[in-house]
Amino acid sequence: MSETLDQIFVIVKHWLVSHTPAGWQLAVSVAISIVSILVVFPFLFAVTTVLERKGLGRIQNRFGPNRVGPYGVLQPIADGLKAMTKEDIVPRAADRVVHFMAPLALVTPVFLLYAVLPFGRNMVVADFDAGVLFFFAVGAATELSVFMAGWSSRNKYSLLGAMRAIAQMISYEIPLILSAVVVVMIVGSLSTVNIVAAQAGYTGWLPNWFVFTPWGFAGFVVFMIAATAESNRSPFDLPEGESELIAGYYIEYSGFKFALFFLGEYLGLFAISGLGITLFLGGWRAPLPFLQWVPSWCWFFTKLLALIALFIWIRGTLPRLRMDQLMNFAWKLMLPMALLNILNAAVWHFMLPAPAPARWAACSLLIIVPYVWLGRGLMARKNIEKRTYRFAE
Amino acid sequence: MTLSFAIIAGITVGAAVAAMGLRNPVHCVLSVTLAFAGLAAAYLQLDAQFVGFAQILVYIGAVAILIVFAILLTRGSQPPQPSLLSAGWQSGIIVALLVLGALVYALVKTPALPREIPPAPNVTVRQIGDALMHRFVLPLEAVGLLLTAALIGAVIIAMKEPEPGSGNRHPETERKESGTGAQAEAPNSISNPKAQSSNHA
Repeated sequence: MSETLDQIFVIVKHWLVSHTPAGWQLAVSVAISIVSILVVFPFLFAVTTVLERKGLGRIQNRFGPNRVGPYGVLQPIADGLKAMTKEDIVPRAADRVVHFMAPLALVTPVFLLYAVLPFGRNMVVADFDAGVLFFFAVGAATELSVFMAGWSSRNKYSLLGAMRAIAQMISYEIPLILSAVVVVMIVGSLSTVNIVAAQAGYTGWLPNWFVFTPWGFAGFVVFMIAATAESNRSPFDLPEGESELIAGYYIEYSGFKFALFFLGEYLGLFAISGLGITLFLGGWRAPLPFLQWVPSWCWFFTKLLALIALFIWIRGTLPRLRMDQLMNFAWKLMLPMALLNILNAAVWHFMLPAPAPARWAACSLLIIVPYVWLGRGLMARKNIEKRTYRFAE
Repeated sequence: MTLSFAIIAGITVGAAVAAMGLRNPVHCVLSVTLAFAGLAAAYLQLDAQFVGFAQILVYIGAVAILIVFAILLTRGSQPPQPSLLSAGWQSGIIVALLVLGALVYALVKTPALPREIPPAPNVTVRQIGDALMHRFVLPLEAVGLLLTAALIGAVIIAMKEPEPGSGNRHPETERKESGTGAQAEAPNSISNPKAQSSNHA
């Protein structure tokens, strides 16, 4: 019974494909996979907008939206109607073709990212041999749309916001990819299905996920911070900070195109969370051995929702970083830690015959000591003292 | 010549021609990026997954942005040129046709074309990794060295120069403090760096 529930989507898809004429089967199979992604993730986007606004509201000691439906759950419908019916204003001096194509150039690669994520057992759209490389390649292609949006608006501040956003995204791509490289190194394969398969099994009650190893934990932390920066989310959202640059590079977009940017940003967030789940949190695997009766896709989406909750929590809690603080953080702290993590994983792998506490002690020290030393070293030059107010005393 | 190859080739060649023919430099860059994407599609059609994805990652993700920044920082603010054709365009066309003729002659006469196409090798990423680590490890390290040199060069060019008067800052502060007394110490130490930086600005 739980087997059937686990594979229910695969069974339904095979049933549908077997009832189509032979020439059309490949096209129908591909179409079913694509349509299911196109339906599920925008629906998750709608749910997330409500969750985020309610969550942020509660963190900030206020209610979120609560007018449109019981506890505001129908708010996305109101938002969607508003976005579709708002007037689409294009500035007179703007470059119309590029202005039109920028949201498309964002949303199309972002949907492509979901092709390599395994949502459940046997539930991956495309099992590439180089799946992780595909993910990062397509993720890099989204940066061009940021530039197109900023430049085509013929607005100085929009262009400034776009340049800063591109600089931020390029800087944080390096720790992101390096933290993923650690997992690829240990597993020995770039395919996401193989990476999930390598995290099978349980030692006692603890699953063999990579996040429960010292290098995996450090890698997960680096990956999550870099993912927050890649999606331009708080505390790294200076390029689109509402109080600093109004809306940054999409300042001249209104109505449906703005909604497309919003959609693209959130879908990118889900995709990168999905990759983090695949690389570090065991993909669709259950956390405890006696919970394996719950379907695999349930676990994937539960972990995805947990990571989304974490992002919302961080957004509501931490203040925004300044641009130079952001860039220093990427190049001076995250990059050395990501490189050290690679060394750490290699030490873990080659210390395999040693007993577990010795491995854990060695690898944890290899991460914690440089982190503390580097952190203190970087802060020592800042001369942070108690703040004195010249005119207020 | 299958339909998919024809479409990919059409997009690539069309984008390349547009990159030469458009007036606005940023439009040219976007067309070149489309040509890169067409090339990546061609690699993927030949089942070379690693090269195709690496083409997208490197060319579209990094080189296109590099070119865009270069154009914006140098001449993006200039209005587009009035005429696209240079002065001696007739002789340019004749020379281009002669070169095309020479290339086509060389291609047609080559002994490589009539040979059979060998069966496509089934290369996995693991084989590429093995080759990089065993047979081509020296080129790999040389490329790493080259990239490190480029990174160091970029940092040196972008680094703020230490100001020529910065070595004298502390003795000046001390002299002024002893002159005006201890009360004015706090405003002095705040205003002195400002005065110095406005001198250099």
